[in-house]
Amino acid sequence: MARARRQTSSLELLKTPTGISGLDNVTDGGLPRGRTTLIAGSAGSGKTLVGMEFLIRGAEVYNEPGVAMTFEETAEEIAQNLASLGHDVNQLVREKKLFIDYVHVERRQIEETGEYDLEGLFIRLDHAIKSIKAKRVLLDTIEVLFSGLRNEAIVRSELRRLFRWLKDRNVTAIITAEAGDNTFLTRHGLEEYVADCVIVLDHRVNEQISTRRIRVVKYRGSTHGTNEYPFLINETGISVVPITALGLNHKASSERVSSGVAGLDEMLGGEGFFRASSVLVTGTAGTGKSSIAASFVNAACQRGERALYFAFEESESQILRNMKSLGMPLEKWIKRGLLQIHSVRPTTMGLENHLATIFKQIDDYKPSVVAVDPITNLISVGTTISVKAMLTRLIDLLKSHQITAMFTNLSFSGSENEVTSTEISSLMDAWVSLNEVDIDGVRQRAVYVLKARGMSHSNRVHRFTISDKGIQIEDSVQAEERVS
Amino acid sequence: MPSDKSSARKSRPRELADESLRGGAKKWRLRLYVAGNTPNSIAAFANLKEICEKHMGGRYQIEVVDLLENPTLAKGDQIVAIPTLVRKLPFPVKKIIGDLSNRERVLVGLDLKPANGS
Repeated sequence: MARARRQTSSLELLKTPTGISGLDNVTDGGLPRGRTTLIAGSAGSGKTLVGMEFLIRGAEVYNEPGVAMTFEETAEEIAQNLASLGHDVNQLVREKKLFIDYVHVERRQIEETGEYDLEGLFIRLDHAIKSIKAKRVLLDTIEVLFSGLRNEAIVRSELRRLFRWLKDRNVTAIITAEAGDNTFLTRHGLEEYVADCVIVLDHRVNEQISTRRIRVVKYRGSTHGTNEYPFLINETGISVVPITALGLNHKASSERVSSGVAGLDEMLGGEGFFRASSVLVTGTAGTGKSSIAASFVNAACQRGERALYFAFEESESQILRNMKSLGMPLEKWIKRGLLQIHSVRPTTMGLENHLATIFKQIDDYKPSVVAVDPITNLISVGTTISVKAMLTRLIDLLKSHQITAMFTNLSFSGSENEVTSTEISSLMDAWVSLNEVDIDGVRQRAVYVLKARGMSHSNRVHRFTISDKGIQIEDSVQAEERVS
Repeated sequence: MPSDKSSARKSRPRELADESLRGGAKKWRLRLYVAGNTPNSIAAFANLKEICEKHMGGRYQIEVVDLLENPTLAKGDQIVAIPTLVRKLPFPVKKIIGDLSNRERVLVGLDLKPANGS
């Protein structure tokens, strides 16, 4: 059986994992092994970094040494840039896992007379590959040859030869190129020579908020995501946010998870939410959304599970103080490593960046419970459609990791925000609504479960109180009824 | 016609050479990078030899570097194209790529002829 499987896989296109977080999902396993991939993008779009990370991950993780032939940055500059991302390039060079050859071509210093070829380049590359037995190659940005040399016909025919040569060497290569206008993907039409895999990077700024995007334009012989995926460059390198286009094939768990509020669990068929379900909590200002979210997180920590709390309104210390007054010892959980709170202002970055950050943190921390409080503020940095798209991706990710998630959303008095809530709620498995109601002339907090897929739940409005004893759900005014 | 031109050229480089003589006999140090015996490399060497004889008298030295034998030497002079001629002396270092068949450009590249003269 194992043998049979190996035989089939030998017929398939072999792939070389990049090791770049998310990119291997998008490319369904990595770049075509032994082939050349073109990465096109405008200045500052992150081409060099993608290429260098491909080499570094190869050297560090996959035991595949790599050669970087750079035409724009010197080895020292590259080492400096990558040091800020926590990579010791010089160490890798010393260990013969990385070879950097800076090629400097300056037209002003070169006189051209008669026929020539670029054999010098081939010899340098060949020497570099052989000296460290490289499996990966980066050529960044080889187009410099077009500006450095006058004879374009020679450059073109030599590039064609180079790409064939790389294929014969059986190295997995990345060549980077400047993005072109609309007619060509790259300024010098390099896509013409690289037929196997083409990836485009993009860097857009909308309303002062920048977003980086990556798209696999072409991948011969392989399935790949065709969407634009946001990606981040942060202190640990690049991370691409894969849209888990896998769709609705998550495993539905029948395990239940407490909401952290006994009375609310009671309303949810007595056992709380399903594990890996997504829960929406809406309410007007001051109705206790954050408290519900904190209880949910607190309960997870009590069970000994890890929780991640994304706060878009309050700072960590504010949350800790407030929840302490409700008898929730969140600080203790943080100290025990069971809880992480991430506070960030929504407007500091674009929606995709938020998503990418959330993805990254989920990936790093591997929580079993996530709270996002509130998503309302994210809506302020995106359109409803993009927020919904983002949430879809996030929910897909959470479900595929069997993470139970709670999202709070501010609804304004009246039903102004009803549309947004409704839009979002279709993605959610359960929807808990918090309100302030007037009962016998007294404003009281009220909670009811608007929906809870797959379970019988209370259809009654319950009063509840928030005090130093936490959240207490009281009986509904009338006798309990259940809907299913 | 060609003999006229070459005599004109002959006088000019002498002047340039004399100017830069200063502290002693001027010496040309040239290095030709090749990769095996390709037609371009053979042509370049022949053309170079002829130019040197004509314009530098006996005061030149040609070193031929075959990168197939010494690939590591390509980095120092930033060799990409083959053949490449590097003028190591007199300063500044100059680079000329190609089979050196265009005499005019070679002379310009070696500062044996002003650039605007072409």
